[in-house]
Amino acid sequence: MSGGELFIVLIAMLGGAIRVSTPFMFVALGECLTEKSGRINLGLEGNLVLGAMVAYAGSYSTGSPWLGVLMAGCSGLVLGAMHGYICKLPKVNDIAVGIAFMSFGTGLAFFFGKPYIQPTAPRLEAIHLADWSGDPLVAQALQVNPLFFVGIALAAFMAWAFRNTRWGLIVRMTGDSAASAKAMGVSVDLVRLLATSAGGFLAGVGGAFLSLYYPGSWNEGLSSGQGLMAVALVIFARWDPIRCIFAALLFGAAGAIGPALQSVGISQGYYFFNAAPYILTLFIMIASARSKSAAREVPGELSIVK
Amino acid sequence: MTTVVSPLPARSISFGPSAMRAVEALVIPLGALVASAILFSVFLLALGKSPATFFSLIWTGGFGSSFSIQNTLQRSAPLVLTGLAFAIPARIGLTIIGAEGGLVLGGFSAAAVAIPLVTNGWSPVLTMPIMALAAMAAGAVWIGLAGWLRHYRGVNETISSLLLTYIAIAIMNFFVEGALRDPASANKPSTMPIGDAYRVGAIPGTSVHWGLAAGILLAVLLYVLMTRTTFGFAARMTGGNVRAAQAQGLPVGPLVVACCAIAGACAGLAGYFEVAAVHGQANASLVAGYGFTGILVAFLARQNPLAVVPVAIMFGALAASGGLIQRRMGMPDATVLVLQGIIFVVLLVSETFYGRIPFLQARTTGDRT
Repeated sequence: MSGGELFIVLIAMLGGAIRVSTPFMFVALGECLTEKSGRINLGLEGNLVLGAMVAYAGSYSTGSPWLGVLMAGCSGLVLGAMHGYICKLPKVNDIAVGIAFMSFGTGLAFFFGKPYIQPTAPRLEAIHLADWSGDPLVAQALQVNPLFFVGIALAAFMAWAFRNTRWGLIVRMTGDSAASAKAMGVSVDLVRLLATSAGGFLAGVGGAFLSLYYPGSWNEGLSSGQGLMAVALVIFARWDPIRCIFAALLFGAAGAIGPALQSVGISQGYYFFNAAPYILTLFIMIASARSKSAAREVPGELSIVK
Repeated sequence: MTTVVSPLPARSISFGPSAMRAVEALVIPLGALVASAILFSVFLLALGKSPATFFSLIWTGGFGSSFSIQNTLQRSAPLVLTGLAFAIPARIGLTIIGAEGGLVLGGFSAAAVAIPLVTNGWSPVLTMPIMALAAMAAGAVWIGLAGWLRHYRGVNETISSLLLTYIAIAIMNFFVEGALRDPASANKPSTMPIGDAYRVGAIPGTSVHWGLAAGILLAVLLYVLMTRTTFGFAARMTGGNVRAAQAQGLPVGPLVVACCAIAGACAGLAGYFEVAAVHGQANASLVAGYGFTGILVAFLARQNPLAVVPVAIMFGALAASGGLIQRRMGMPDATVLVLQGIIFVVLLVSETFYGRIPFLQARTTGDRT
């Protein structure tokens, strides 16, 4: 590979990282909030797929992609609230409920999404950050969707809020020790219900990005496990919103390897590179499981890492 | 899964509580099914469709004629095996959702080892068991890996098994689109067809392939293994409480890996039958969602290998009637997915009722005093 080709691959991976990372970012931030409150929601994959469908349908029928994003968020909110409500019943396993919602959300999306596979809906516009550079490749790579910046701002806000606000403290306390939260007069179930609902909302918005920006249309193979990978990503990011952003960018870059190599004519092993994000996730999980820093930072009530 | 360990009654093993638990284990899932049917009817009514037509079409499509019964059984064969693939690790406390990966990799491995053997004209009597063994071994390694990572590296098995599924699909695609692609498969890249002589036939008198018989046999064997042997007892004890099992000196790690490997072998065998009995070659058709429906099958069967069989047949009927519903009611094929999703959610909600229904509890408390 020559220097020029390497540059093309790197630029394509950077552009890919920015493009592909946004849904990871939103699901991960949502999951981060849910997990901070001491509960895990594996069902966010369902929220992501349903959000993608609802956003596309909403944008198609109202003509406004941003309205579609809002509707996607609300569909995620409903699924999240259902998850939150069911998990507070005694003897119900939150991991199993997550799997159930994964299939329920996907089923609903496929059912109502059939009529929207063909038509074209208005999509979200990108912000052109690098048109001045004169290099078409750089200009293309730095077309960034506004949702990307919303995600970053949200992560910064969440990191600040966890540390400095009363609400942030309540969520962290509920996640670390339900008993002490109860002792302080906090309703553990209510905090978790709200955190799961809000997390569901964010995952729905992440889905909207998939159908309204990249890849930018609704079809049934739209999300292949991205919602679940985002759950792994939160463990890797050790429940820190800012680290979630970097982890999402890393996953995005891994997902962009295959297409980036293809753009310079290396198409051998394309399907293998497609698996790169999954392999990366697995290795990250192996590396971060049982690490001392993860053990220190994990919310005490979380079942998945016990 | 949370295994409910109820305190032993003070007197010797009495008939009352265990019979009540059996009734409970039957009544609550059935109640959940009825509740799901009612919820789904509301869903259909909201869309202006008739629930009565829907459920009668399910009956017609699933059991209405000898053809539909055979179609149902045909589709339930992989579901029995993937249901077992969830149920066995669940007994030792693991939530493995990667049966789809074991199925895909198993089917692909069977097709891959068949290529040199078939081209060299090996006899089917030798080739077919080798293919089946290759499929089971591939599945066992794949899901066993998830179990190994869980026990020895502390990696959550639910997420890792799902990631392994996507990796398995990528491995199959990589070979099917590349080195092992049959040039004759133009639109749908596939491996070379294994040839009729090497295919698994139908059970005599039916059009249902032997996969169903294999599934039922395995279900019985695994039931015996899990309930009547030391291995099964140790596995269930580990599932109840890992620390206690370790304190008793049980080999928890090997038990976990073995249960996962058994699960993987079941999933791989499902893949073998999909290749050797249904498709005749490995291609993207293997990714049909059987692995995920198997999770639901196992949940409804409450992780009991014997109960997996009738439940799988029920879901096979649901799958078999999908086409009929599509044609007669003008509803998308994802209708079945919505119904499955509702059943799944309601079923998990119903878990909360164990030990809390008054008329099922009266005897238990009476015995304990």
